[in-house]
Amino acid sequence: MSDPAGELHEIAFILNGETVSAAVSARMHLGDFIREVMGKTGTHIGCEHGVCGACNVTIDGRSVRSCLMLAVQADGTHVETIEGLTQSGIIADLQQEFVARNALQCGYCTPGILATAAEMLNGPSLSRENIREALSGNFCRCTGYHAIVDAIEAVMARRVEAAS
Amino acid sequence: MTETRGMIGARLPRPEARRFVAGNGRYTDDIAIGGVGQVAFLRSPHAHARIASIDVSVAKASPGVIAVVTADDLAAICTPWQTKLAMLPSHISPEQFPLARGEATWQGEAVVAVVAESRAQAEDAIELIGVAWAELPAIGSIDAAAATDAAKVSTQLAGNLGLDHVFKAGDPGTAFEQAHVVVEHEFSFGRQTGVTLEPRAIIADFDARTRKLTVQHSHQVPNQMREIFAAQFGLSFSDVHVITPDVGGAFGMKLSAYPDEMAVAAIAILLGRPVKFVADRLESFVSDVHAREARVKSRLAVDGDGHLLAMDVAVLSGMGAYSSYPRGSLGEGLQAVHMSAAAYRLPIFNGTLRSYFQNKVPSGVLRAVGQPIATTVTEQLLDLAARKLDIDPADIRRRNYAASDEKNTRSAAGTVLSQLSLDRCHDKLLELMDYEALRRDQAELRQQGIYRGIGLAAFIEQTGVGPALYGSQQVRVSAHESCRLSLEASGGIRCATSITDQGQGTMTALRQIVGETLGVDIGAVEIVCGDTTSAPFGGGAWASRGTALGGEAALRAARKLRGSILAIAGSILQAQPHELRIEAGKIVNAAGMPQLSIADVAARAHYQSHTLPLDDLPPLEFAETYAPRDLPYFVSNGIQAAHVEVDAGLGAIRILGFWVVDDCGTVINPLLVDEQIRGGVVQGIGAALYEQCIYNEDAQLENGTLADYLVPMASEMPDIHVAHVETPISATTLGARGVGEAGAVAAAAAIWTAVNDALSPFGAVVTQQPITPEHVLDCIDQAKS
Ligand code: FES
Ligand code: FES
Repeated sequence: MSDPAGELHEIAFILNGETVSAAVSARMHLGDFIREVMGKTGTHIGCEHGVCGACNVTIDGRSVRSCLMLAVQADGTHVETIEGLTQSGIIADLQQEFVARNALQCGYCTPGILATAAEMLNGPSLSRENIREALSGNFCRCTGYHAIVDAIEAVMARRVEAAS
Repeated sequence: MTETRGMIGARLPRPEARRFVAGNGRYTDDIAIGGVGQVAFLRSPHAHARIASIDVSVAKASPGVIAVVTADDLAAICTPWQTKLAMLPSHISPEQFPLARGEATWQGEAVVAVVAESRAQAEDAIELIGVAWAELPAIGSIDAAAATDAAKVSTQLAGNLGLDHVFKAGDPGTAFEQAHVVVEHEFSFGRQTGVTLEPRAIIADFDARTRKLTVQHSHQVPNQMREIFAAQFGLSFSDVHVITPDVGGAFGMKLSAYPDEMAVAAIAILLGRPVKFVADRLESFVSDVHAREARVKSRLAVDGDGHLLAMDVAVLSGMGAYSSYPRGSLGEGLQAVHMSAAAYRLPIFNGTLRSYFQNKVPSGVLRAVGQPIATTVTEQLLDLAARKLDIDPADIRRRNYAASDEKNTRSAAGTVLSQLSLDRCHDKLLELMDYEALRRDQAELRQQGIYRGIGLAAFIEQTGVGPALYGSQQVRVSAHESCRLSLEASGGIRCATSITDQGQGTMTALRQIVGETLGVDIGAVEIVCGDTTSAPFGGGAWASRGTALGGEAALRAARKLRGSILAIAGSILQAQPHELRIEAGKIVNAAGMPQLSIADVAARAHYQSHTLPLDDLPPLEFAETYAPRDLPYFVSNGIQAAHVEVDAGLGAIRILGFWVVDDCGTVINPLLVDEQIRGGVVQGIGAALYEQCIYNEDAQLENGTLADYLVPMASEMPDIHVAHVETPISATTLGARGVGEAGAVAAAAAIWTAVNDALSPFGAVVTQQPITPEHVLDCIDQAKS
């Protein structure tokens, strides 16, 4: 058996607005690449089998589980981690609302939840129930989800109002 | 000017939350250390096996491998440990080593450690280790462990019984004979685990030159771990430095000394280089402590008016292969017995507990330890009795609550109660949920074949646990909390606390307590915690003690520091200190005019104290330590309600609404308290409906992934309405009781009673947790036949 880490593949993509190019082994998932190679530790790993959503980032504007995607698959895409989403200011209102309502406790799920919510906020306005449904890929062990739903709902309403 | 009065009780956001929402949390795995070796473990594939031989030669030559380590390699560095509790001498746990030595006693026990340049390389090398196993009989279920001819869980044990415990108050015999109504029920509680989103993680580094061990650890109690590392590695206490950085959830699961983590620290000493281990989710399921596995047989006797006469509880509890270190695995069973009917007046109680070792992951602490079991049993029995007597479930509770104002009484099962408010919480809850209306709707909908249930669960929560628990067991776990509060030269306040924070928000509560007492904004209070070198000695986060005990220590220190600040200000202003006060960081005189800032006072005291007209400079730093003395713990109380709909055709349960009224004494910050309660409620709902570690007959865990072990997600969860009654505990100046476990104590019970209420037209009663759709359908079928 050949060493699975042996072969390296050249990839290039935009990470948080900056071009990244690297040679990675085929088996490395994007989450590990972001954390270990790029040193962006805001993306968290909770299960590595696609259930918890702690590793969610946005790719070309859609939320994606970075543990279910290989780094080589990110080639040619736009990846935004929580660091990028923060820097660009596009979810500043949401982040502020999370703080104001204490919609987080240990904060470990928070970057992934914000990535999911960032995508939600790009779409049509959702009912409280639909927000819960759209969040159903993000596990939070600490909160009761209630304040998270409150925060997303409030920001959604405010954005709709601002747009009209 | 910021308002600094009335800060206690205010909905203030947490300053640290800003860091987390920006992705700037710093959890153990985020800490970069040069040259760190990554550790992965070969774990036993068998629930019970003798380890005949281990061949590591091929693995050692695998790419990137730094070392391959077995139990024998660590024997010279780490002495084995054994869980013993002084008050329960019959309870003896096998000696435990960092890696299994000679015998593996559960599937998932760490056997060999590989250290490599990367985790992937370490995992590759694990595939190349050859272990010759000789399988031994595996004991999974409690029944198998209890069987008279049962094989032994460990060759070290004389038998599988870990504890045989009886507690009697009065004679139940006549009460049961003379009672108007006697109800009986059997309960089975599935094994659960903590599933903290951040898995266990540890980085250890040993400086061979100074012989100092530094451990960064995702853990709740840094001082406990410092004690254990020092003791097992033969180091002096002062040579062990434990830091707990941001911790991604803990819930009691991160209280134990885990053997694989002991192995990592021992490997750092063995290799003289930094090493790191982060459990992946699959190994979390087979190595994090489990909890709750229990079966309970119970009976309740009541008179014709629904007054409780006697209760009988027999608990069987599963402990796993070891009694977890250092706190033991007995708490679940003991609390299940002793918290029975704690919220109610009950003259006669008879409780028995038998706890068994099993070839399964050791059980340990999980939010509310045993209290959910006691609450579920009590509340369900009450409902069954109410049904027989045709009394409304709310009524039977209202008639039986333990007295409110008494200061220091005991429940029949031995729980120490003080200054309760169950009746007030009850009234508030019924109003909040509009109980009458829900009952009316329920009756109407039943006519249409829609089965809704309303479940109530009153509770007592043990919080603020003091030294009377582990102190008397001679377990070296600190039960006091300390605060060292200083006036910095800048005018800022530095608050070093022994309390730790895994998301509860305790640090913000401390900021508010100190801020209000000193008249400064919470932003002016710097918190130092989670570091055995810079923070004072104390317990850390367990048993809902942070704000209740750590907050009291902070309050006492803040009052003293205020005295010093006002004495210095008085000397500068030529005024009597008692005529001055501090508001929004300013010293205000008797006429209400701001005179000086705290920064001015600090600068004079720290840099120019020679100019102060004072004989002695008052202390600029105070240390206070607090542990409850007159009470073993501060009980909180409250009541919860669930509204559910059961699909009688599918067995599916939908939660329509959830309400909590809680009394945790002085509420420091409702924003923090409400989410603590809600988080606990969701964990309780998870227990009632979804979560279970499923083992097959060979004691193999069959659902060790998050895809198979169901946890509650946002879409299944209801809105959770929280309200408060505030009865400050008179034992402290602050008056705060704990709240961390409140949600989890009674949420599962509220779901049980609600589901059974929904099923009452069928005469069906569920008996196991999680209450799966299959179980619901089985119970309906059984009732029909
Ligand atoms: S870590 Fe990717 S979904 Fe859990
Ligand atoms: S805040 Fe801890 S997991 Fe969500």
